[in-house]
Amino acid sequence: MFSSHKYIAFETIVVKEVRRFSRIWLQTLVPPAITIGLYFVVFGNLVGRRIGDMGGFNYMEFILPGLIMMAVIQNSYSNVVSSFFSHKFQKSIEELLVSPVPNFIILAGFVVGGMVRGLAVGAVVTIMASFFINVDVQHPFLTVSVVLLTSIVFSLAGFINAIFANTFDDISIIPTFVLTPLIYLGGVFYSVSLLPVFWSSLSYLNPIFYMVNTFRYGFLGVSDTNVLWAIAMLGLFVCGLTLVSLSLLHRGTGLRA
Amino acid sequence: MTEAIQISNLSKTYDNGLTALRGVSLVVEEGDFFALLGPNGAGKSTTIGILSTLVRKSDGDVRIFGKNVESHVYETKLDLGVVPQEVNFSQFEKVGDIVLTQAGYYGLTRKVAASRAEKYLKKLGLWEKRNERSRSLSGGMKRRLMIARALVHEPRLLILDEPTAGVDIELRRSMWEFLSELNQSGTTIILTTHYLEEAEQLCRNIAIIDGGRIVEHCSMKKLLAQLDSHTYVIELSDPMTGDIEFGPLVSSSVVLDSQTLEITISANVGMSSLFDLFKKLDLKVQDLRMKSNRLEQLFLTKLEKLEESQLVQ
Repeated sequence: MFSSHKYIAFETIVVKEVRRFSRIWLQTLVPPAITIGLYFVVFGNLVGRRIGDMGGFNYMEFILPGLIMMAVIQNSYSNVVSSFFSHKFQKSIEELLVSPVPNFIILAGFVVGGMVRGLAVGAVVTIMASFFINVDVQHPFLTVSVVLLTSIVFSLAGFINAIFANTFDDISIIPTFVLTPLIYLGGVFYSVSLLPVFWSSLSYLNPIFYMVNTFRYGFLGVSDTNVLWAIAMLGLFVCGLTLVSLSLLHRGTGLRA
Repeated sequence: MTEAIQISNLSKTYDNGLTALRGVSLVVEEGDFFALLGPNGAGKSTTIGILSTLVRKSDGDVRIFGKNVESHVYETKLDLGVVPQEVNFSQFEKVGDIVLTQAGYYGLTRKVAASRAEKYLKKLGLWEKRNERSRSLSGGMKRRLMIARALVHEPRLLILDEPTAGVDIELRRSMWEFLSELNQSGTTIILTTHYLEEAEQLCRNIAIIDGGRIVEHCSMKKLLAQLDSHTYVIELSDPMTGDIEFGPLVSSSVVLDSQTLEITISANVGMSSLFDLFKKLDLKVQDLRMKSNRLEQLFLTKLEKLEESQLVQ
């Protein structure tokens, strides 16, 4: 396939994905914005006033990076898993599989679709936060890099989940039983330094802890973890999950008989 | 002439142990209108699935216009358009978007895609529906949409898996006309269908597949010539009086009611001989029709013979 054809195919998938979640914006963009808004009002404003400072910052400022990251992770993942599984369920994925679109373009199209939704919701949350606090970014390049890498990682994870899923239950198991606990225990609402040693050590096994803390470092300039190590880990996740996804597509797992 | 499809010793055994194809070999010439017939579960859809790469073969070689489908993925896919048996587009998308998206997958620019989409949606009577969601289309319209989608990149080979299933007669006839025109313009067409009249009407060559094996592969004309008898249903103007002796010309006869007869004659017997006989017997024929479609009759006979031979073995 010529490069120009590949680009058109890639653009077609991305436009289709963006059109899909934009069409149902009341289901895709508004609910996460409302949820995160409530977190701000309840935890940040009402409860946060009693908590006082955390890590040397106002509690609302402290939780903002984690809340943005939570929105990006959940929406990147859910966009790809639900969209790709719907394609499988309706068999419209056959349109793509019969066409000459290479596997890496299929993967890139869906991942970028997931990233766009994750980042769009993240942007909505940031705009909402600006009504409550003064949003200031200490390390813009790092902040953008981390949020981009994180959205890629969770878009890829959603893609792999969709490939293996056979029912709609299968696409909600991972977000409910794996992602949500990892996000809540990943230091979104607290600093791990507050935890007892055992729980604090356990947090270091949670990959989302590194993403949240590195993102927080980008915003506030403070982190519970080594930023370089976190970036390297994100890079490794991107490479590993990309290879797994391409291998699954190549083998036709869950797609071809 | 180039071969549009060349399949050699194709086998497929699914993970559950089901063997769908057992050494299928098949050739379809470029420009042909080819029928692939067989009972349910015979292996038709598996063969189409392998051609379109949705099903992985276990063994054998598959070539489209001389190119191996595995080593020349891009070229072979570009030459191929597939209309599947089941509706496989998103029910939430607009008709026009479905065709445009497919064009994008084949790398067509927005301008070319828009003009092709207009061309095929108009030809298939869907242009007025281009801004409607596909779920609002009738069953026949959904089938036509799948044809428009498969043609948007103008493939040299079009495979239709039961394209007229559940489509009313009027629409079916208009689709036949469209497909005939398409074939005359140079597109090779492979058709699977349960309407054998459709295959007889449209196709020049045929293969019958059963139990994962090709049991017949020849021209339609040659296949129909194998019919050794025809059965007709005859309506008489006046009621019959007493038993009628037809003589050696008629192999068998059944009286359905006082004015209706079913007779079977050898394929060698001409219609004029039959009418002479009726004149001699003083029977006035008001209407005469074939009991069943010729291909259907042959198809059933062949399958019966196959079943018998399998039982003997």
